Formats: sequence, C-alpha cells, structure tokens
Amino acid sequence: MSLKNYESVIILTPVLSEQQMQDAVKGYRELITEQGGKVIHENNWGLAKLAYPINKKVTGFYHIFEFQAEPEFIATLELSYRRDERVMRFLTTALDKHAVIYNERKRKGEIGNTKAAEAARAKKKEEIELIETEDLED
Amino acid sequence: MAQTKETNFVFAPQTRSLNRKKYCRFKKSGIKYIDYKDVNFLSKFVNEQGKILPRRITGNSQKYQKKVAEAIKRARFIAIMPFVTDGYK
Repeated sequence: MSLKNYESVIILTPVLSEQQMQDAVKGYRELITEQGGKVIHENNWGLAKLAYPINKKVTGFYHIFEFQAEPEFIATLELSYRRDERVMRFLTTALDKHAVIYNERKRKGEIGNTKAAEAARAKKKEEIELIETEDLED
Repeated sequence: MAQTKETNFVFAPQTRSLNRKKYCRFKKSGIKYIDYKDVNFLSKFVNEQGKILPRRITGNSQKYQKKVAEAIKRARFIAIMPFVTDGYK
C-alpha cells in the first residue's frame, strides 16, 4: 500500500456546457478518491485554444489533477478516460520528487511566472470567443 | 561581393571566440524539474518552426537536454505547443 504521485491532464470536448464540464471533472475526482487515492491539487484552465485541431475541434477544456494513488489504479483511470467520449485527450505522468517539490512551490507562488501565464491565457480567451462558434456547429 | 564574404570568414571565428563559453542553464540555476505545462519557458528551446533546438546552440547538458525534449514532446501531445508551425514566437 504505497501511494505514488501522479499528474493527469485531460482535455474535454468544447461542445460541453460549463455545467457538463464540471460534472465530468467531478466524476473523475470521485473515481480517484473512491479507489483509495488522494487528490492533492486541481487546476482548471477552462476553455483554451489548442495548438492544432483534435477531433476537428480547435478549443478544449483543460483540467489538471495532481493526485496520489496506487500504481494499479492508473490503468483503471485511463480505461475510463478512453471510454468517455467527453475526453478528447489525456496525459498521465508519474511525478518524481523534484516534480512534487516544484508543484508545491508553484502553488505557493514562489516560482514560475504564474501571473504572466494567466495573463497570456486570458488574452487567448478573447481569441477563443471568435472561434467558439466554429466548434459548436459540428 | 567576394570581398565581403572573405571578410566575414575572417572575422566570424574571432568574434565567436570573444563570446563567453556556453553553459547549462539548468545546472547553473539549480532547476531540477522542467514543467511540461509551462509553454513560455519551453518556447525558449524551440525555433520558429517549433523544432527542438540542439544542444550545440542551447548549451544544455545532456541530462537536461533529455528532460527538455521530453517536456516539449509532452506539451505537444496535450496541444499546448505545435508539432509543426511557421512563425512560432
């Protein structure tokens, strides 16, 4: 029973409403905790522009889970991502000790120009509003 | 035309030798983990086409060049960095 640190980024399809997106995220949060894992931190980037189209969509909802779980649980989690049509793409990575320290410090705002990153993201949001209609038509 | 080429050839190595020696910025500043979600940082290690710059240009040590490459590839997969593009940056 040793828990490992993981980080999981999921990109949800932009056709969902804000509420549906929250529901999807909530489902995974519960799945992690139900299976003996522990969610350490979550970060929702909201609707963001993709660098290239995925499934003919140019935007997506980004959500990042940082959690502790048993290694066997990752297969379960990824299987449910694959079965879920709302998830366009996912990436789960194991975090080493340096990564855990980095994430903790980042949360405290000690490192990383998080403000600059958020400003950049906010700027991109404006662009997205123009594109958004494109995705919904599909 | 031929003259300018010649002068360039003569002066280029000299100015080059005046430059400081390259160093690994991760070793120097003690960065242990490279975040694949930090696009601003990773974009320093790619050219305008979005290709990963070689070590001979960035000066990274092999250990950190591998980590940079891994981080960029992850960033590409989650679509926060392009695989191919023009006029990136």
